[in-house]
Amino acid sequence: MVDVRLQDLPRAAIEEVAGRSLWADARHRFLRNKAAVSSVIILALITVACFAGPHLGLRPQDDVNYDMMPAAPPDFAAGYFFGSDSNGRDLFVRTLYGGQVSLTVAVVATFVSLVIGVIWGALSGFIGGRIDGAMMRIVDILYSIPFIFFVIMLTVVFGRYIVLIYFAIGSVSWLDMARIVRGQTLSLKRKEFIEAAHASGVSTWNIVLRHIIPNCLGPVVVYVTLTIPNVILTESFLSFLGMGVQEPQSSWGTLVSEGATVMESAPWMLLPGIVLAVTLLCLNFVGDGMRDALDPKDR
Amino acid sequence: MVSGANGKAAVLEVSHLDTTFATPEGEVKAVSDVSFTAGGGEAIGIVGESGSGKSQVFMSIMGLLASNGRARGSVKFHGREILGLSANQLNDIRGARMSMIFQDPMTSLNPYLTVSRQLTEVLVTHKGMSEAQARKAAIAMLDRVQIPEAKQRFDMYPHEFSGGMRQRVMIAMALLCQPELLIADEPTTALDVTVQAQILELISELRQQFNMALILITHDMGVIAGLCDRVMVMYGGRVVEAAPVRDLFKNPQHPYTAGLLRSMPRLDETSHDRLTTIAGQPPNLQRLPSGCAFRDRCDRRFEPCATELPPLRPITPERSKACHLPAL
Amino acid sequence: MPSPGALGSAPLLSVADLKVHFRIGGGVLSRRPPAILKAVDGVDFELRPGETLGLVGESGCGKSTLGRAVLRLLPQAAGRVVWLGEDLGKLSHEGMRQKRREMQIIFQDPLASLNPRMTVGEIIAEPMKTFQPDLPAAEAKRRVQEMMRKVGLLPNQINRYPHEFSGGQCQRIGIARAMINNPKLIVCDEPVSALDVSIQAQIVNLLMDLQRETGMALIFISHNLSVVRHISHRIMVLYLGRVAELADRDQLYRNPRHPYSQALISAVPIPDPEVERGRQRIVLKGDLPSPLKPPSGCAFRTRCPKATEICARVMPPLDEIERGHKVACHHWNE
Repeated sequence: MVDVRLQDLPRAAIEEVAGRSLWADARHRFLRNKAAVSSVIILALITVACFAGPHLGLRPQDDVNYDMMPAAPPDFAAGYFFGSDSNGRDLFVRTLYGGQVSLTVAVVATFVSLVIGVIWGALSGFIGGRIDGAMMRIVDILYSIPFIFFVIMLTVVFGRYIVLIYFAIGSVSWLDMARIVRGQTLSLKRKEFIEAAHASGVSTWNIVLRHIIPNCLGPVVVYVTLTIPNVILTESFLSFLGMGVQEPQSSWGTLVSEGATVMESAPWMLLPGIVLAVTLLCLNFVGDGMRDALDPKDR
Repeated sequence: MVSGANGKAAVLEVSHLDTTFATPEGEVKAVSDVSFTAGGGEAIGIVGESGSGKSQVFMSIMGLLASNGRARGSVKFHGREILGLSANQLNDIRGARMSMIFQDPMTSLNPYLTVSRQLTEVLVTHKGMSEAQARKAAIAMLDRVQIPEAKQRFDMYPHEFSGGMRQRVMIAMALLCQPELLIADEPTTALDVTVQAQILELISELRQQFNMALILITHDMGVIAGLCDRVMVMYGGRVVEAAPVRDLFKNPQHPYTAGLLRSMPRLDETSHDRLTTIAGQPPNLQRLPSGCAFRDRCDRRFEPCATELPPLRPITPERSKACHLPAL
Repeated sequence: MPSPGALGSAPLLSVADLKVHFRIGGGVLSRRPPAILKAVDGVDFELRPGETLGLVGESGCGKSTLGRAVLRLLPQAAGRVVWLGEDLGKLSHEGMRQKRREMQIIFQDPLASLNPRMTVGEIIAEPMKTFQPDLPAAEAKRRVQEMMRKVGLLPNQINRYPHEFSGGQCQRIGIARAMINNPKLIVCDEPVSALDVSIQAQIVNLLMDLQRETGMALIFISHNLSVVRHISHRIMVLYLGRVAELADRDQLYRNPRHPYSQALISAVPIPDPEVERGRQRIVLKGDLPSPLKPPSGCAFRTRCPKATEICARVMPPLDEIERGHKVACHHWNE
């Protein structure tokens, strides 16, 4: 071994070489997947349209136009891109506002489920033993509560508020996340670098935070992109049934519900449904792309 | 007629074998220009570390390359070209006249079939025996490889045997048809050293009994010293030195061979000074340096080493080396 | 080099009757009583500062388990482990955690022992930051780079990830991590078995150099007797969780007294055709018994050429037959 002082090394040797992390590798692979990248672009366009669109001087969503009643087909000249619904309101604008609600629910509920689920699952899996047993039994019990029943109870007690939907959906979807993360943790626990951290004196909490969670994130990220469609569908379903958003607010679910009733006579009323379907399809492509990028062996 | 170094007729003749793999990062040449001849009853050792290409040489010969691999050159078994034969044609030879033992017996023994099934299958397929005859012959072979209570264990599954016993079952399977050539790829690396001693002794005995040619692929020089007549040292996909076993160990002519021998602690030595090491790491086959693949690690390198690839040249009728140095 | 123990210093580590028994099966609903796997079954030894103790044995002998039990990484361990005069068994969880600055471990699989999502710098710095959280970042980085240089890595690689390094380099990273807190003991669990032969020598040299420089003790676990002979001062031969023989390295190789040690030594291939082919080899019969059902008396008797009736009845005690040389065999003198 040559004993060289740090200062004596040539310049090129001193300058630090940037590492190529596993995330960078995955990003590179993801960008090569055309379906996934197109889906990301489409999703971005939809999101921007939903949140920024209404501010571009379109008419408000509850603006009733008696000329366009009962449901009138799309009229580009007059600016009714999707036509109007049975109350003469601009369907396109309603779709955008509806998108705001659906996407917000998706992001908020998923974020909540992510935070709770990951921490719960990682701690439970890592600590193991009786505590793991207890924590997972709580998950099982919550799983067994019928979801619709739960939401109906909430609606009866608190009334129809959109926030309840966020809460209800979030409180159910963290359960799946917890199970997945716990499974990942159980297999990670046996790995030598975890044993090394333990032997180095790293505390349990820090092991979970620094070693377990970052290595679980692969499947978690994929699961999140597949949870969002679920959340949107659940919200749509609830709104379809009449719980959730109140008039005149809309969500994609209520729009689909309205559209379904007059499907035959006013087929353009299903356009919001098509937007919903495209969003879900894109999310699925992104999820697949992420899974392929993060674990290319597992095709 | 071509003969091996021991003067007997050649069983296997490999000429200018090249094996490449197509990977997403480009083509990788795992084996470059390998040639050698194995005579009847001869034991040849192939020694190398990771990236040497030693295992891929034999995957190529046996026709077991992965789907993205391609072998070129010539491989003749008893004068008949076998490189490029279809799986069906190869199957006539594989298992019957030419057998292979792998490192991990669990992956070459089907865990879902009993040992009896796997052994009798070989005999029924290749020798056309009836089930009953095959059973008798197989149990006799298990006895030969010293599996205790062979008759009772015959119908067990592979996982019910220990590692050493599984390896013996593999040997039994390989020898059932009394092949003329046995290729063993790291057959004892995964085993305990006392079990290794048993297996090596077994292979040596059976080899003499059946007058079988043996090609032993390993990284363990001690095993080579005990079992082989001739040795080939591989580095970076090429043969860098070939010699009779005593000559190689006493007087290595390639810096890599010499470095390898010097860096191994020996059980019978008493010195505890620093080991003489070979600097650097084994080569990355995807990024081999120009000229000699060993040059970055060689302490005897000089001008031609970086620009010219040293060809494998004979230095005596029995020895050859691939090095620009005149002598070590 | 004289054995450091000869200088008469107090033992660093004192292990008495160490046992690690695993319970297999037998839950609340199972009809069978739980089987007990005695991975380590009553091991005693001492380790002095600056000394290297080699642990050898084959599969199932318990050497890896023993190494981890000494570091209190296994909750199933019982027996006394005294470190610098303190009984580790009596420490609280936090007390034991503090001791981890002084005793470290390196693993067999170099890549698997490193967190793939952390940079090399973060990996090496972690044990240091765990015990000195207020260390300024610049000082921490300086120490990490100093350590990298010491183990033979280029300091400018500090931001790279484990998968960008070779096996030998990953092992150096593991060694750097183990050394960053200046431990007094490092348990090396088969540290070179997964490496190419030419790289093994580099790592063995590195460990010996570091030992010479810092005076730390090593417990070197390996099945490769040639390497163990080279690096150790004393060697302990294990069989099915019990000590068969414990001796100074030259004593063991020149004059092994336990039939298992004799068989083990005779089985190791020597890279020299003249010597290798002229050897008289002791080839053991049979296979290793299952650790779940070890033979009565001496566990080695089922394969031992010298076994007699007493071997089945009485477990041979570990007796000191000459200074520094202990054997557990009824027939050691034959």
